[in-house]
Amino acid sequence: MTFASTGLDPDQRLARERFAAFADEHLVPHADAWDAAGELPPAVVALLADHGYLGAAVPVGHGGEGLDEISFGMLCEEVGRACSSVRSLLTVHSMVSHAVARWGSPGQRERWLPELATGRAVGAFALTEPGAGSDAGAITTRAERVPGGYALTGHKHWITCAGIAGVFLVFAKLAGEPTAFLVERDRPGLSVTPRGGALGTRASHLGDVLLDDCRVPDDARVSRPGFGLTAVGASALELGRYSVAWGCVGLVEACAAASLAHADSREQFGRPLREHQLVQRMLADMVTAAAAARLLCRQAGLLRQAGDPRSVQATWLAKYFAAGAAMRAADDAVQVHGARGIGGDHPVQRYLRDAKVMEIIEGSTQLQQITIAEAAYMFRARSEPDRAPGRQWSVTT
Amino acid sequence: MDDIRQRVRAFLDQFLHGHRIDDDENYFATGHFNSLFVMQLVLFVENELGVPVEDEDLEMENFNSVSAIARMVERKSRAADRG
Repeated sequence: MTFASTGLDPDQRLARERFAAFADEHLVPHADAWDAAGELPPAVVALLADHGYLGAAVPVGHGGEGLDEISFGMLCEEVGRACSSVRSLLTVHSMVSHAVARWGSPGQRERWLPELATGRAVGAFALTEPGAGSDAGAITTRAERVPGGYALTGHKHWITCAGIAGVFLVFAKLAGEPTAFLVERDRPGLSVTPRGGALGTRASHLGDVLLDDCRVPDDARVSRPGFGLTAVGASALELGRYSVAWGCVGLVEACAAASLAHADSREQFGRPLREHQLVQRMLADMVTAAAAARLLCRQAGLLRQAGDPRSVQATWLAKYFAAGAAMRAADDAVQVHGARGIGGDHPVQRYLRDAKVMEIIEGSTQLQQITIAEAAYMFRARSEPDRAPGRQWSVTT
Repeated sequence: MDDIRQRVRAFLDQFLHGHRIDDDENYFATGHFNSLFVMQLVLFVENELGVPVEDEDLEMENFNSVSAIARMVERKSRAADRG
């Protein structure tokens, strides 16, 4: 019995089956090898493009799939169940696609969205810097007005897909105001240095992006100066957080599937592990966590689909819970597998490394705790009868 | 216009922890708003007030007070009605 399809309409059920079949056929058999190699073969990008998945966040009118929020989430779940590195690619690419679709000029949409939808260009999100992680406002990359455009100078690091991206959404300060720019990979002054040795998502082509007086034209700027982080960056990060949350549901499912299979086949003390009560506790927690995390993701998805402001808070809840659940499930999955779990020939050790990454990216667990607690007071105040005429803002209606 | 102002005030109140603002006051200066707020404000204007927020609307003068938001919403609503 599974709850994964509960509440889906017929089209979404079919989409879910399609995503699962894609993951099982094209990703699951190779994910460990890609992780070990530290890279994805170019054929993976082509496969994602051929199936339309790189156009998931691109509107239909610009050559994309324009998936509804729940279907996009399920795509992230199924890909995340198979390979967090491919899910990372899908996430950052969709973040850039979304930013262009939402805030790009008509010219930018016309130029870049078909490129992104077809995979002719992979998108990468270049925000993080050596001195600016959670505190994104501390970026020091600067943009200066020059005749015909802008000159960008700075250092971005831990950039997912830096090694294969065709276009970067770069955040820089223009006259002190955070501003977003679309920068092609082959622009003079832009160089990429691969960054190996990461704990998890090892095949996600992490790299540093150096900008040395990199000249871009006027029409490279996305949206208004000053709204680079609060509008362009924030809406892209919202999508990223939503995507990662669903990917974590997939990770928990993968942990549960591997653990259920191993506990069924492995015998100790004359009986299968599945009959040992302390193992059953771990299995029960994984299965419950997957269902609970998925419900939080669904809640966020439904609110995102409706354009509801509460979707912001709902997405934080989903990502916070799902990332923690993935970490606990992966920890337990390794434990259930014993020595096999820490060996290099079983995916559960990859799940554990990848799960840790999920607690850090797109809003660390600690930032989420702060944000969620602050918002809880906001909602509490809002729900007091004498202060709340009309609409309630709790996300749990 | 009064109805829009009231709805904007109600939306902002939930962030202000009891701090009172005038309709023409720059509420960003109160320090009660984090980096997630602008996205929520944009969604509120679009979803609750029924006005799409485009790239060209992203000017601080359109968002930095209750009156500014109400003026923008009314202006865009009139433009939409004119077709």
